[in-house]
Amino acid sequence: MNNDSTAAVIEVKNLTCGYGETVVLQDVSFEVHAREVLFVIGGSGCGKSTLLRCLIGLLKPFHGDVAYFGKSFTAADTAQRRDILKTFGVLYQNNALWSYMTLAENISLPLDEHTSLSRADREEIVTLKLTEVGLAGSEDLYPSELSGGMQKRAALARALALDPAIVFFDEPSEGLDPIISREMDELILQVRENFGTTMVIVSHQLSSIFRLADRVIMLNHETKGIIAEGHPAELAATSTDPRVRDFLNPNNDLPKHTNENSAGDSKLISK
Amino acid sequence: MRQDTIAVIWQNADFQIMTPIQPLPAASLGQNIATAKLEAVITSGECRVQIGGDWRLNERVPSWNRVIQNQMALNVRVVCDDLGKWDTSLVLFLVHGRAWCAASKKEFHAEALPENLQALLRQVPLNSAAKPATKEAVKPWELASNVAKKWSHHAQQSISFLGECTLGFMGVAKNPRRFRWLDCLVEMQKCWSSSLPMVSLVSFLVGVILAFQSAVQLQQFGAAIYVADLVGLSVVRELGPMMAAFIVAGGTGARFAAQIGNMKVDDEIDALETVGISSVNFLALPRLLAVTIMMPILALYANVLGVLGGMFVSATMLNIPASAYWIETQNRVGFSDVSSGLFKCLFFGLAVGLAGCLRGMKCERSAAGVGTATSSAVVTGIMLIVLADALFAVIYNVLGI
Repeated sequence: MNNDSTAAVIEVKNLTCGYGETVVLQDVSFEVHAREVLFVIGGSGCGKSTLLRCLIGLLKPFHGDVAYFGKSFTAADTAQRRDILKTFGVLYQNNALWSYMTLAENISLPLDEHTSLSRADREEIVTLKLTEVGLAGSEDLYPSELSGGMQKRAALARALALDPAIVFFDEPSEGLDPIISREMDELILQVRENFGTTMVIVSHQLSSIFRLADRVIMLNHETKGIIAEGHPAELAATSTDPRVRDFLNPNNDLPKHTNENSAGDSKLISK
Repeated sequence: MRQDTIAVIWQNADFQIMTPIQPLPAASLGQNIATAKLEAVITSGECRVQIGGDWRLNERVPSWNRVIQNQMALNVRVVCDDLGKWDTSLVLFLVHGRAWCAASKKEFHAEALPENLQALLRQVPLNSAAKPATKEAVKPWELASNVAKKWSHHAQQSISFLGECTLGFMGVAKNPRRFRWLDCLVEMQKCWSSSLPMVSLVSFLVGVILAFQSAVQLQQFGAAIYVADLVGLSVVRELGPMMAAFIVAGGTGARFAAQIGNMKVDDEIDALETVGISSVNFLALPRLLAVTIMMPILALYANVLGVLGGMFVSATMLNIPASAYWIETQNRVGFSDVSSGLFKCLFFGLAVGLAGCLRGMKCERSAAGVGTATSSAVVTGIMLIVLADALFAVIYNVLGI
């Protein structure tokens, strides 16, 4: 694992992506450094999830390149692609645990696919991973038998199965209560502490952003690109862009939306 | 000073013109029906509309014309008079009134209303009656081009899926240990257990029906024993395999589509892909192999039950003993008849599996998408089965089997 804290583990160059004929993001470039917790933030529909799908290879970009550790992911052939896929884990918004497999099978499948470990070793790793996320003893449960918070933890355990250098999170605290959401944040920090994992998190949970983020990049659906980049507290305090300030300061009054068609006054005179 | 009083008590969606106002106690009606009070008073060149009581949406919103009646030339001022609980029905009434006043060029004053009611009123634009523009009708050639695009898209999807499956099977042939044999066995078992009762019933009854229908005709010529030939040949060559295939398409094919489609909706397929596992290899190939293996076995079973059905009718109706029926069947139905029927089944199974897995994989990411995928899997499966059967009829004819 690369311990040089300034090295870029992910480089995104001039990425343009979207669906069909709709361009969602245009010419987006940024880097993710080793051991960093990077938040991708922005209002609903700004292309956060699209960017994530591009980064993890589920969506082919129109133009541009995504490179992991200096190797292009977009232009990779099957073997190279497999190698790159091994370097990251993904925690999906709705967990996406394989519902017809037990937790143990869920976690050992990536190991099965990418390693030649013996069955006993795999089982031990599964136990280890489940203990790591606080789910010791639930090897034989099915995902549907777990609560939302536990499913999230199990999904994290699966994402960490291959000890990836990077973990992507899609809305990790969505649908969790404040306490479990905070526990999830603790867990993320703990994993970073223990394994030096780089984290890329798509979220708009302000509390998590301020607690975890080393850096945020903010996307906007009008500019189809990045409108702000930096430490969240600094951005909140010093940004000159009202869109950034309003997003990061929950106590700011929102600009009043005036309804142009409204009758205006209750006293209405039409002549 | 002229002072007319028109009082309208609006209650139970019925208007009663009454003077003076007599609010009906809601409790006395035996049910908790809200009573809205409405009164129009003409004073000094102005029509004061007093609203009071409880306004509830489960009653009809009163017509503004009834309230004002023929006091057309006056401005309107709405005031509250002992207003109880109210909901959107009151807002609707006021909006109607405002629109009515605007249309007849009169002033509408609502300042005396509670502030929250005024705020609600302000939210509704004055010309709220304007309906959203109706969608433009799609031109026929646009429709045709859309349909053509959709079909070409479908064709592309199917061909690429077929290609992926072929590559997957080639990979399996090279490295059979990577194939998920356990999944395949589980699917075979599920296919067998879910189809067996239906296959038994349907194929037995098909045998019975065939024997019944043909017996009526053949008996006239004293050729009742040939019922055995007819039932034996048609069941073994065509109907047994076909009935088994239809039932498997409706049960197992639909299950594949629903299962895989659901996985797609829950991002489980994406999760496979980002772990580096091909969803075709992981999900489609074991299922395809399972249903391809199970289909001839089920068809063979269907053949036996079909012949038994014919035998049952002959024994009970035509007085042909079962042993005679069996000997006749054995004489007429040869090995090539049975094997040609079962050989087709491999392709029927493949067709059912492909249709189910393809529809599941290409399922839209919504609950409705899973439903569409499932029904489309069954329809596609049955269509492919019939097409394959027609093709085999021609091939067997040419080969003289």
